[in-house]
Amino acid sequence: MTALTLAAYVVLAVLALVSAVVVVWHRNPVVAALALAFNLVSIAGFYLVMDAQFLALLQVIVYAGAIMVLILFVIMLLNLRQELRGRDSGLLQRVLGPLLALTLGLLFVRVLWRSVTSGFAPPTPEFGTVASVGRELFGTFFYPFEAISLLLVAAMVGAVLLAKRRL
Amino acid sequence: MSDLQFQLLAALVKVVLVVAALVQAVPVMTWIERRVSALIQDRWGPNRVGPLGLLQPLADGIKFVMKEDIMPSEAHKALYFLAPAMALIPALVAFVVIPFGPVVQISGRSVPLVVADLDGGLLFTLAAASMGVYGIVLAGWSSNSKFSLMGGLRSAAQMVSYELALSLSLMGVVLLSGTLRPMAIVEKQAGWFWEWNAFLGGLQFVGFLIFLVAGFAETNRLPFDLPEAEAELVAGYHTEYSSMKFAMFFMAEYVNMITSSALAVTLFLGGWQLGIPTELLGLQPGWTLWTLQILAFAGKVAFFQFVFVWVRWTLPRFRYDQLMDVGWKGLLPLALANLVFTALLAMSGRGRW
Amino acid sequence: MEPRIVLAVSAVLFALGVVGVLLRRGAISILMCVELMLNAANLVFIAYARHYQEAEGQVYVFFVMTLAAAEAAVGLAIVLALFRLRETTDVDEINLLKW
Repeated sequence: MTALTLAAYVVLAVLALVSAVVVVWHRNPVVAALALAFNLVSIAGFYLVMDAQFLALLQVIVYAGAIMVLILFVIMLLNLRQELRGRDSGLLQRVLGPLLALTLGLLFVRVLWRSVTSGFAPPTPEFGTVASVGRELFGTFFYPFEAISLLLVAAMVGAVLLAKRRL
Repeated sequence: MSDLQFQLLAALVKVVLVVAALVQAVPVMTWIERRVSALIQDRWGPNRVGPLGLLQPLADGIKFVMKEDIMPSEAHKALYFLAPAMALIPALVAFVVIPFGPVVQISGRSVPLVVADLDGGLLFTLAAASMGVYGIVLAGWSSNSKFSLMGGLRSAAQMVSYELALSLSLMGVVLLSGTLRPMAIVEKQAGWFWEWNAFLGGLQFVGFLIFLVAGFAETNRLPFDLPEAEAELVAGYHTEYSSMKFAMFFMAEYVNMITSSALAVTLFLGGWQLGIPTELLGLQPGWTLWTLQILAFAGKVAFFQFVFVWVRWTLPRFRYDQLMDVGWKGLLPLALANLVFTALLAMSGRGRW
Repeated sequence: MEPRIVLAVSAVLFALGVVGVLLRRGAISILMCVELMLNAANLVFIAYARHYQEAEGQVYVFFVMTLAAAEAAVGLAIVLALFRLRETTDVDEINLLKW
């Protein structure tokens, strides 16, 4: 745990948290989408600092590069403007909801904080490589892998059907 | 000097070399584009500025710098400013994992001639290509103009669709070579030129063609250049951009072309391999051989640049629905079939593991 | 120290995602906050995978990413269909089932 890696973790944490706050707070959906893309890239940075290289690249390709582009595309297609905030929801919902969410967050932080006592051990050279993840994926998790490909087909068919103008 | 210092210095030198080469290649490409297009259209190209018009790119550069930098009044200022950078940076970064030469020995230490020899090298290029879409989408939206928005959306849809066929055609090569590192993929294509991945060595001819077509679509070049369709959308997503910001989009397009060509050369045509076994040439690993190999790489990439320009001025433009049809109903099934075929090949022992 | 930073960040990200889902009014914005929550969970998976040097956690992240992609696609298709019907994505307006 050198000072440099600790600095990397702190910087990434700040970036991720600030962009998440922008996602939750900003009224313009395009700015929120871009902030989310930035958040996803900073999480990919986290994966990279934790030596999970394959997943860091996958995160950028799948999440930041495909899902967020799709969301941005739909936002621009629908030409969504600034969102209204607040008024229709009752005061109870607007106050109690975030309060409960914050309580949940604090609970999580407290539980997770105590779960790990030491720092990260130095990584084995195999950790995070494509080969090791692939071996697990096609070995232990072979059936879930096939099942998720079926799920993707179902999602594709469903999305096309739902978005069609005329069946 | 210590190993770490040496590695850092080598990395720095390589970064400077690659970025300088890429950025310098853009003016050269503009000259080539204009002269070759003139050749194809049976006219002279620029031949007034300097001998053979060789100083034309310099004049163009000066023009770009001196033009007025406008910003539409209703444009979203931050995004309008950011979009050209978001187009150019992934284009430059994608070249980082491409090996432009073999592993050379400098003062007793081996230096692979690739800026970053990542374990998941090809995935990194795909990631950079995915991030390149943002620049175009943001440019289209932030210009607050209907032409730009339509151009931006069309381009985003086109790039995302052809990314699939691109990735699948790459996976054929990865299956055969058993690794994602471009350096290792090139090293496995040693030998005669018919042993390269595109020809008899890997039987990836279909994959190579799919990659080329998808590469044309990814870089928004004709016949897939509807986003910048000059006759239809004024200038598509970069309608409202002028001077240096437009120049950055321009540069991003050419750098993307170079990266696409370099990737095609690396994966399918043996990268820096000479195509003739080095024993036959009587060359021992040394700076003669290595320089020849670097030149071989540069020559192959240059050839593909010529092909890009040639195709642009020869073929008509696809209509948007034709474009999406070709991408989803043509290239994608073909790429999947290629993948199955390659998987059978690898299983039958023809892989280069 | 580092695992704690990562885990704390992911807990806060999750809580922020929940706040977003509760407070935002645009359907697509809510979808984005759901993605935030999924990413927070992914971060915890990777943190523990790194702590125990296992590849299994990373495979779970792989599956969660795939699921998130499928869910985003279907969710956006639903939002598109709703927009065609009601001309708005404001979830407070889509209240035909309210008694």
